[in-house]
Amino acid sequence: MIMNLNELTLTQAQEGLRAKKFTSVELTQACFDRIKKRNKEINAFITVCDESALQEAMAADKLIASEKAQPLTGIPFAVKDAITTADVRSTGAAKILDNYVPPFEATVITKIRSQGGVLLGKNNCDAFGHGASNENSMYGPVRNPHDTSKVAGGSSGGSAAAVADHQCIYAIAEDTGGSIRQPASFCGVVGLRPSYGRNSRYGIMPMASSLDTVGPITKTVEDTAIIMEAIAGQDPKDATTVYDTVPDYSKGLTKSIEDLVVGIPKEYFDVPGMDKEVASSIEKQIEKLKKFGCKIKEVSLPYTKYSIAVYYIIVPSEDSSNLARLDGVRYGVRANEKDLFDLYAVSRAQGFPEEVKRRILIGTYALSAGYYDAYYKKAQQVRTLIKEDFEKVFEDVDILLTPTSPFPAFGIGEKANDPLALYLADVMVSPAAVAGMPALSIPAGTTKTGLPVGVQLIGGRLQEATVLQFGYALEQESS
Amino acid sequence: MTISKTEIKKIAELARLKLTTDEETHHAKTISAVLDYMNILNEVDTTGVEPTAQVTGLKNIVRYDEVKPSGLVDKLVKNMPRVERGELVVPAVLED
Repeated sequence: MIMNLNELTLTQAQEGLRAKKFTSVELTQACFDRIKKRNKEINAFITVCDESALQEAMAADKLIASEKAQPLTGIPFAVKDAITTADVRSTGAAKILDNYVPPFEATVITKIRSQGGVLLGKNNCDAFGHGASNENSMYGPVRNPHDTSKVAGGSSGGSAAAVADHQCIYAIAEDTGGSIRQPASFCGVVGLRPSYGRNSRYGIMPMASSLDTVGPITKTVEDTAIIMEAIAGQDPKDATTVYDTVPDYSKGLTKSIEDLVVGIPKEYFDVPGMDKEVASSIEKQIEKLKKFGCKIKEVSLPYTKYSIAVYYIIVPSEDSSNLARLDGVRYGVRANEKDLFDLYAVSRAQGFPEEVKRRILIGTYALSAGYYDAYYKKAQQVRTLIKEDFEKVFEDVDILLTPTSPFPAFGIGEKANDPLALYLADVMVSPAAVAGMPALSIPAGTTKTGLPVGVQLIGGRLQEATVLQFGYALEQESS
Repeated sequence: MTISKTEIKKIAELARLKLTTDEETHHAKTISAVLDYMNILNEVDTTGVEPTAQVTGLKNIVRYDEVKPSGLVDKLVKNMPRVERGELVVPAVLED
């Protein structure tokens, strides 16, 4: 059977392009054919760049013909709409930026485009990354390609769905507290949240500046390693990027994991609402690691249960401050009001969805005089304790293995009226974010009804190589 | 409820958000539930614990403050909601 070009992994697409089996134009066209066929139903793209992408593909084909190809040359990719792309509309999935065409671009995207990467379009997401179901987009929810009555997860639901549905070869998304990993697990693809500071945040629409990270969503762990080599590293435009050398992630993938120690944090397994099928899928992963000769060790991260509270104080606080810039004055959509106060207040009321408003309100409250110590400072102190939990445990183990989410994808609308229930869905993904650790979600089978389950691998700070090494080992075994 | 409709009104004004009465009621309810949940943090003794503002350990990262042309003026102006003679138009802040 001949595979459709859009179904190729990044590694396969690279090989095909270099061997001149097909062109970047053909590969790009195959992705567009898929997008056109599926976007009405899945709703993974807010903006599609038909014309510019084909031009970029032609330019890439010239580079390939003259043997100047780099790892990402000619490979069609998609970008979360909360990440700015120069001269391509970037709404962040909020109507206040419905007409916004950024004059500048995120550093990670520039790195990919300067290699000749082909930008297919912009992925739907929860507005500014606020959500865990992609139902907070002002451009409609994203549907899970495995079951269109279910959510794709969030906030990077469009990115995960586009990769799972083969509408692109890979996607670049953003993870503040699970926004890459949780949708990747719901859609059955690979998603990496790098360590905070590993990849530049310049040019992403800021949500919680002390937690935001940018990373790939891919079909394989190897693809993630290749992309990380291209996008990681210090950026003079982001003062929080670290100066540490970017390792050769692809080379490290095949290193043996025998005798390495895998920590199983018990707090991640006695969570209320934990799905039985998810639990048994994770058990199977642990068995596989035993077969590889890994040592399995039960560990404890006692402050885990406070991470949601910490996360949902820090995030709205930093959100409310970051989103103050969106006021309809200098760019974006402005309400037709004569009075300046009304211009701000009505532009924001019309341009933000309910969840964005909620976060601005919570953040404004938590940072206001009299409440700052009780909320923001207290959360930052507990954050220290959560971080120390991880630092202590990584003295004894090489990696932690947990479910990515306590349950598989839930129904569209199922949790829409209960924001707290949706916040609690982040229970497995928020701790690593709060601590700044890298974490990868990879597919770990499906439930009886065919919904993907994800397993999460959390590494020590800047230990992406170890995380990918374990992910690669588990992935080889599953195929 | 931990936070009243009146308080929501006040915060919304500070945050420059125009809310309908229904939204005020709804946000008072959902935000109270969220704030109640946050009480879980009171179980933790944080006496003498330093707050973590960021996790990189980086300090005082500086760069030269060089003035250079952005080349972006036209694109910035194109994004402006209202422009007259190449300048951004906003409502009057000071009355005459």
